[in-house]
Amino acid sequence: MSVRERIDATPAARAAIANVRAAKGGALMFVQSAGCCAGSVPMCYPDGEFLVGDVDEILGVIDGCPFYIDKKLDAAWGNPQFTLDVEPGEPEGFSLAAGEHLRFVTRTTTPPTGCTPR
Amino acid sequence: MQYVAPGRPGSIVTVAPRYENFIGGKWVAPKEGKYRTNLTPATGQPITEVPDSTPADIELALDAAHAAKDAWGEASATDRAAVLNAIADAVEQNKEALAVAESWENGKPVRETLNADIPLVVDHFRYFAAAARSEEGRTTEIDNDTIAYHFREPLGVVGQIIPFNFPLLMAAWKLAPALAAGNCSVMKPASPTPWSILKLLEVIGNVVPAGVINVVNGPGAEIGKALATNPRIAKIGFTGETATGRLIMQYAAQNIIPSTVELGGKSPNIFFNDVMASDDSFLDKAVEGLVLYAFNKGEVCTCPSRALIQADIYEEFMQLALKRIAAIRQGNPLDTETQLGPQVSAQQQEKILSYIDIGRQEGADVLIGGERARLDGEFAGGYFVQPTVLKGDNRMRVFQEEIFGPVLAVTTFTDEADALAIANDTLYGLGAGVWTRDGNRAYRMGRGIKAGRVWTNCYHLYPAGAAFGGYKVSGIGRENHRMMLDHYSQTKNLLVSYSAKPLGLF
Repeated sequence: MSVRERIDATPAARAAIANVRAAKGGALMFVQSAGCCAGSVPMCYPDGEFLVGDVDEILGVIDGCPFYIDKKLDAAWGNPQFTLDVEPGEPEGFSLAAGEHLRFVTRTTTPPTGCTPR
Repeated sequence: MQYVAPGRPGSIVTVAPRYENFIGGKWVAPKEGKYRTNLTPATGQPITEVPDSTPADIELALDAAHAAKDAWGEASATDRAAVLNAIADAVEQNKEALAVAESWENGKPVRETLNADIPLVVDHFRYFAAAARSEEGRTTEIDNDTIAYHFREPLGVVGQIIPFNFPLLMAAWKLAPALAAGNCSVMKPASPTPWSILKLLEVIGNVVPAGVINVVNGPGAEIGKALATNPRIAKIGFTGETATGRLIMQYAAQNIIPSTVELGGKSPNIFFNDVMASDDSFLDKAVEGLVLYAFNKGEVCTCPSRALIQADIYEEFMQLALKRIAAIRQGNPLDTETQLGPQVSAQQQEKILSYIDIGRQEGADVLIGGERARLDGEFAGGYFVQPTVLKGDNRMRVFQEEIFGPVLAVTTFTDEADALAIANDTLYGLGAGVWTRDGNRAYRMGRGIKAGRVWTNCYHLYPAGAAFGGYKVSGIGRENHRMMLDHYSQTKNLLVSYSAKPLGLF
C-alpha cells in the first residue's frame, strides 16, 4: 500500500494518542467506520486488532499509528481530506477512548473534484 | 397527555439510584465496583447509575449461562414457548411503564414506544413462541431401509450486542429467536441505553429460568470485545456500524463460530408520479410515508433517508410533504402529542449537525430545518435537531452516508430505470420504499432494488413474520422470521439403517 497522506491530526488528537499509547503500552491503529448507530466515527484499536485487507487503504500514519478506510467507503465519501480530532463524549463500538470522557472524531473536507454530479 | 418523568413523584416508573448487572437470575454488582451515570437526552440530566463492567463480569455471565444451558436446551418446545409467552404477557401488562422508561432513556416519543416498540416486543416473543411450538424436523427416505432424520439442536450460549435506537425491541429481536431455539444469551446493551433493558428485566426476570438471559452493561472496548472474542460463546449477533461489524466477523472466524451482523443503510424511498393521480387517502399515506424519515428521530437503520421523487410531481408533492414536516411537534418525549424527541446523545446531535453542514458545503439546498432545535425550560439542555430536508444529488455525501438523524436527502428521477439506478447507487441495501398505484411497476422495482426489505406502499412496519436484513454492506443474516431458528441452531442428522444386510465390502 502506498502512503498518501490524506489525514492529519490536531494537537489535541496527537496528545490523546500519546496518552492512550502510554496507558495501553503499545501502538494504536485507526479505522474509519460507517453505517448504523455510531457510524461515521473513527475507531481506535490496539495496533493489529483489526484485520485490514486489500479492500482497505491507508490514509496516513499519525505519530506511528496507521489510519485505514475501506476503499469503497472512501470513494462513496468523495475521497475527502481527513483530520483526526478529539471531542467530549464516550467511545463507540469497541473503540478505545481518547481519554477520560473523550473520543476520537474525524473531520473531513471534500475536494471540489470529489463530488461528480450524476 | 404528559407522563411524569421516571423517578419523579407521581411517575409510573420507579428509578433506583443504582442498577446492577442481571446474571443468573439475580442482580449482581460489577466485580470492580465501577458505575457510570446514565443520562436522559431530553434534558441532559442523570437518570441513574449503571455498571461500568469489566471482562470478569462477562465471565460471570457466561458461567451462569453455561450452568443453565443444558436444562433450557432440553426443555420441551411446549415449555420454552410457555416461557416466551409469559415474557410477552409480562411486557404487555407493564406496557405503559416500559414505554415511558424507554422513551425517557432514548428520547424517542412515547407515542412511538406505546404504539410500536413495546407492542412489537410482545408480538416478537409470541411469534417465536409459536415458531418454537410448531417447529417440525424433516426426514428423508434415502431408500426403503435408510432414513435421514434432521433435528434442530441449540447452539448453547450465544453473545448478543444490541444498538441504542430501539433498546427493548432490538433486545426482543435477538432474545426471542435465541431462546426459542433453546439457547441461553449473554447480552450487552448499547452504552447510551443501558437502563431501560434493566427495567425490562425487572418485569420478565422472574418468568425466565435463571441464567437463560444475562445482561451486562459496560464499555464496548472492554466487555463487548470480551464477549465477542470469548471461546465460550457459540454464536455472536450484532447490530451496529461497519467497523465493529467487521471486527465481530473477524473474531467469529477466529473462534470458528457463526455471526449475524446488521450494519445500517441509506434507504431510498421512491415516489412515482401516479401517487398524485388522485387527491385521496393513498396520497395522504404517501406523504406520510416520506415524512417517516423523522420516525424515531431518524435513528433507524432503515430510515428512509433518501427520497427519490419523479421530477414531474416534485414541486407539488414536496409542497405537501414540507407542510406536513413543518407541522411536526417537537419536544418532551413523554408528551403523547410529541412526534420528534431529542437525539440519543450529544455526540449524535453533533454528528447530525456536522452532516447538515457538509450538505450545505456540497451545495445542497436546505428546504426546511437545518439547525439545532432550541427548546425552552427543562428541555433547553436536550439534544434536539430540527427536522431537516436537503435537496441535492445522489453523489453528494449526505446521500451516501448514514446520518442517523431527522435529515432527509431528496432528489428527483426521470423514469423507472433512473429511479432504480439511483436507488441502487449506494453501498448499503437494508431497506427501501416504493410508492405507486401501478402494481406491476411496484413488483419490478421491488425485485430490482438490491435491499433486503422493500416496503411497497408502506414504510417502517416491523411485524414479526417478515424477514428483515441486509444486502451488500448492510450485513449478513435475517431477523424477525422463523428462519432465525436456523441462525440459532445446529442441524443434527441421524442417518439410520433399518436393514440387517452387511455392505459386503470387507
